[in-house]
Amino acid sequence: MLNKDGVAAPEQIVSLFPDRQALIKPKAILECFEEIPCNPCSTSCPVNAIEIGDNINDKPQLHVDVCTGCGICIFSCPGLAIMVAQLRDDKAVFRVPYELLPLPVKGVLWHGVDRNGDIICDALIENISFTKRQDRTAILTVVVDAAYLHQFSTVRVKEHE
Amino acid sequence: MIKKECIIVGGGPAGLCAASMALAAGCEVLLVERSAKLGGQLIKQTHKFFGSKNQYAKWRGFDIAEKLISEIIDHPKLTVLLNTTVVGLYKDQVITVLCGQDYTRYQGDALLVATGASEKFLAFENNDLPGVYGAGAIQTLMNIYGVLPGKNVVMVGSGNIGLIVSYQLIQAGAFVSTIVEAAPIIGGYKVHASKLVRLGTKILTSTTIKKAIGKDHIESVEIISLDENFKEIADSSRIIACDALCVSVGLSPMHHLLSMIGAQTKYIPELGGFVPLIDNRFQTSLPAIFAVGDCVGIEEASAAMMEGFLGGLYLSEFLDKKHPDHNQLIEKYEKELFLLRDGPFGKKTKDGLRKMEDAKQHVE
Repeated sequence: MLNKDGVAAPEQIVSLFPDRQALIKPKAILECFEEIPCNPCSTSCPVNAIEIGDNINDKPQLHVDVCTGCGICIFSCPGLAIMVAQLRDDKAVFRVPYELLPLPVKGVLWHGVDRNGDIICDALIENISFTKRQDRTAILTVVVDAAYLHQFSTVRVKEHE
Repeated sequence: MIKKECIIVGGGPAGLCAASMALAAGCEVLLVERSAKLGGQLIKQTHKFFGSKNQYAKWRGFDIAEKLISEIIDHPKLTVLLNTTVVGLYKDQVITVLCGQDYTRYQGDALLVATGASEKFLAFENNDLPGVYGAGAIQTLMNIYGVLPGKNVVMVGSGNIGLIVSYQLIQAGAFVSTIVEAAPIIGGYKVHASKLVRLGTKILTSTTIKKAIGKDHIESVEIISLDENFKEIADSSRIIACDALCVSVGLSPMHHLLSMIGAQTKYIPELGGFVPLIDNRFQTSLPAIFAVGDCVGIEEASAAMMEGFLGGLYLSEFLDKKHPDHNQLIEKYEKELFLLRDGPFGKKTKDGLRKMEDAKQHVE
């Protein structure tokens, strides 16, 4: 339970994902379940797809049809609580924030990790973006099996075997 | 004795923002800071901040400090004393300060206290064993001096500071195996908690530390489960290996200078402990003495900055040097402060401030 162990319930997570048809294009997944005084996701969105309103404590609402999946919200969220997800054939393609060293290199295979911190799958690092604008939050493009769409959360380096 | 128009005690987020407003209003400012650098706790904050644009949301804390400092540091009416501790506050806004062996007196037409807070600690067996740290010490070691305090850390406390310091430890290369929290639910923002759990940290609520174990240095800790009345559950203790333990169990307002001169204070648990009573202009019960930031109630740095701006404006008004945009700025920062406190995480502060209102009526 989110309040007790920091892990959102599976149904909470599933409720954030648009249907498979919409996920043909990349869409932001906002894992923000709590009223906290914070609104950079909304103010940084170039197409006004994330709505918070005048009370910055309100939870963000995503307008799925408006979201272009550009990913600016990923590095704008101080809570690192936003990823962008997309379905490509039998693969799920994620863009996730990453602030640990070492950064992976393009093309490497890392572990895919779920929201409990457990390793669940292989994760191909397809790309790394680390621009000045991202202010030291890297964005990794990660490809995993589509079966892990609702489980995948981040990546972890594979120790040398 | 050296006379100054306005004296600000403390160069953290609240003090810096107060100084910036007082300078903009045309006041001459003496800013006294105990440590070697301005910025207070901001300089140790490597994470991106919450809030909205007016609190520099999504900026990293140390960059906010840089920005606030750069905006005032070259101002001709500003004097900054670093490595200088205010050791006494007396009648007529007289302070005595200590810098190395030098002891000096200053007097201000008005004075603003922005001394922030100090860490609370926890009583448990062996809490003086090397390797047992407070969260502030760990941040200072890691983020100022580049020293990693341990490789395998247990954290006590799941408030935002405990969660953020855990994340910073992981970024620095340590493993944080466990966070124990005596309360039945996580204290800080769940986004911080979730971020840690996916990196492999376990958060154990209704659990506390029983003792630290080790000969010359901490080697493990004994933790124990608590029932709904915070009573230990028999036979529920277990041992976790670690080489450092971080205690992050909250902050106490640093009201001591104000207590020294007899400003009215009250114990308000929601605000963190004893706090000076202030009016809606941040003025204490003593004329010409103002107080802002964590020393009047524990909140996030975002709120401390907003209070700093407001305190600087009211201080200038008191000195008959009203900022040209006084009314608009007051309205702006009051609104920001209101919004920051308008969610569930602001409830405690609002309850505390209501108690302060009641206390003031009682005093009058």
